Amino acid sequence: MKQEQFEQRYQPLWHRLDQQLDQLETFRLRRSSEELPADLPQLYRQLCNHYALSRARRYSPQLVGFLHRLVLRGHQQLYTRRGAWLWRLLTFIASDFPVSLRLNIGYVWVALALFLLPALLVGGYCMIDDTFIHSLMSDAEISNMEEMYRPDNARPGRTLERSADSDFVMFGFYIYNNIGIGFRTFAMGILAGVGTVFTLFYNGIVIGGVAGYLSGLGYTDTFWPFVCGHSALELTAIVISGAAGLMIGRGVISPGRYSRLDAIKLQAGKAVPLVMGAGLMLLGAAFIEAFWSASSLPNTVKYVAAIILWIMMVLYFMFAGRGADGAR
Amino acid sequence: MTLTDTVRRHETPEGIRLELRLAGPVVRACAWCIDMLIRAVLYALVSGVFAFFGGVGTSVMLIMFFLIEWFYPVVFELYNGASPGKKSMGLVVIQDNGTPVTFSSSLIRNLLRAADFLPFLYATGLLSMLINNNFQRLGDLAAGTLVVYREPDLERIKLANAESLRPPVDLSVDEQRELIRFAERCPQLSQERQIELATSLYPVTGKRGPAAVKEILGYAAWLTRGSR
Repeated sequence: MKQEQFEQRYQPLWHRLDQQLDQLETFRLRRSSEELPADLPQLYRQLCNHYALSRARRYSPQLVGFLHRLVLRGHQQLYTRRGAWLWRLLTFIASDFPVSLRLNIGYVWVALALFLLPALLVGGYCMIDDTFIHSLMSDAEISNMEEMYRPDNARPGRTLERSADSDFVMFGFYIYNNIGIGFRTFAMGILAGVGTVFTLFYNGIVIGGVAGYLSGLGYTDTFWPFVCGHSALELTAIVISGAAGLMIGRGVISPGRYSRLDAIKLQAGKAVPLVMGAGLMLLGAAFIEAFWSASSLPNTVKYVAAIILWIMMVLYFMFAGRGADGAR
Repeated sequence: MTLTDTVRRHETPEGIRLELRLAGPVVRACAWCIDMLIRAVLYALVSGVFAFFGGVGTSVMLIMFFLIEWFYPVVFELYNGASPGKKSMGLVVIQDNGTPVTFSSSLIRNLLRAADFLPFLYATGLLSMLINNNFQRLGDLAAGTLVVYREPDLERIKLANAESLRPPVDLSVDEQRELIRFAERCPQLSQERQIELATSLYPVTGKRGPAAVKEILGYAAWLTRGSR
């Protein structure tokens, strides 16, 4: 068949497909699966046939290029996932996140150990020996921290400079700072896991050191009621980000039966739900830290609420999403 | 496949080979600089506007800073495949199987910027791109994404309406293709260049000058639409 006959015969088909693709490309975020035209797959297959023919018959580069571009656009529209954003977010919280956490619980235990052991050791030592904290932090940081939790501080958890800031400011600050830390803990996992291990270890030492030192000073009635409320979400989220980082690191160090590249891709894909979940948890933690922890409620109320939060969180991770689609 | 070529081919389920043109470090760095400028403007705007709203304003400002820092590329990649900087350089982010970038991949490749940036200005990412065959930085490797050139919209050229002439010799398919290609490119060439190229076929056409051009265009017309 001559090129011109070929073009004339199939021009209407290409034009139709082109229009359908134009339509699909404009509303990328808003459309749902119903809007995919029923004959798009069929048109696309025919187009693929035409493209292959035009190459085999050595039709002009112009035509081949035109068809190639159309094929590429069709491929992108046909093999994409679409729609139902809100629903996916809800099912993510209700089941996907806790399920993938249970599937990768081993990494969570390792991350927890990397965080908790140094925290307990350094914390215990700082409680006995109140000079040891000086090997961990600068003098300015230490006096800052003492100021935040001094028994006569009307707004525990904030330095005098910040005490005038409203709860809202602190909410923004916690989001900016804490979720960023969570994301970075994950990202550093690509450096063979070393970055994540370091971050977990470092945070364990500093947080443990601060807690131990302040308890040793006897600031217990300002420090513990302040941190207990958001600790459930915040500390767990950092450990989960760490677990996600370790998963990528595992892909780099020990790819198993896969090629190293495939292992990294696979592990990163599995780690994404954990990072996203940790991000959401840190968002919740920021809210609690800004509006609940800093409030002047009686310490007993705060302790009880913290215990309830911890229990709810553990139950959530143990049971949410169990049984759905055969998930464990 | 030669290693120096930047075309990557992906075979689809339909048995078609898609050709993807990879973008190198320099053009991606340019795109990043443009994005950086846009982000700087956004930061300035946000802090300028919300400074007037007291505590809540500062809070919203910090949250916006957080979103701009981490989710600026994610939002644009999901919306139209590329951040404004990439778009202006004609680039687009896709999965390594040629499909549009997914939410999960976009999140991975942009969160891992924190690692690629180390120790300064994407040094790690650059190193990874230079070692890798596909110009992927660490984030791209983990997410399974490629940064490629967007295919330009091709103007389909109608061949000049020359009188159809049967070529005097049998032509191989590749030779036929070259003749058609010449006819398609003719409008972009100067008269002198057209003549120069067409005259190089003197042994076949037996013509020189403008007559040779007309002769070749005639062959191309015969090849594309027959003897009508």
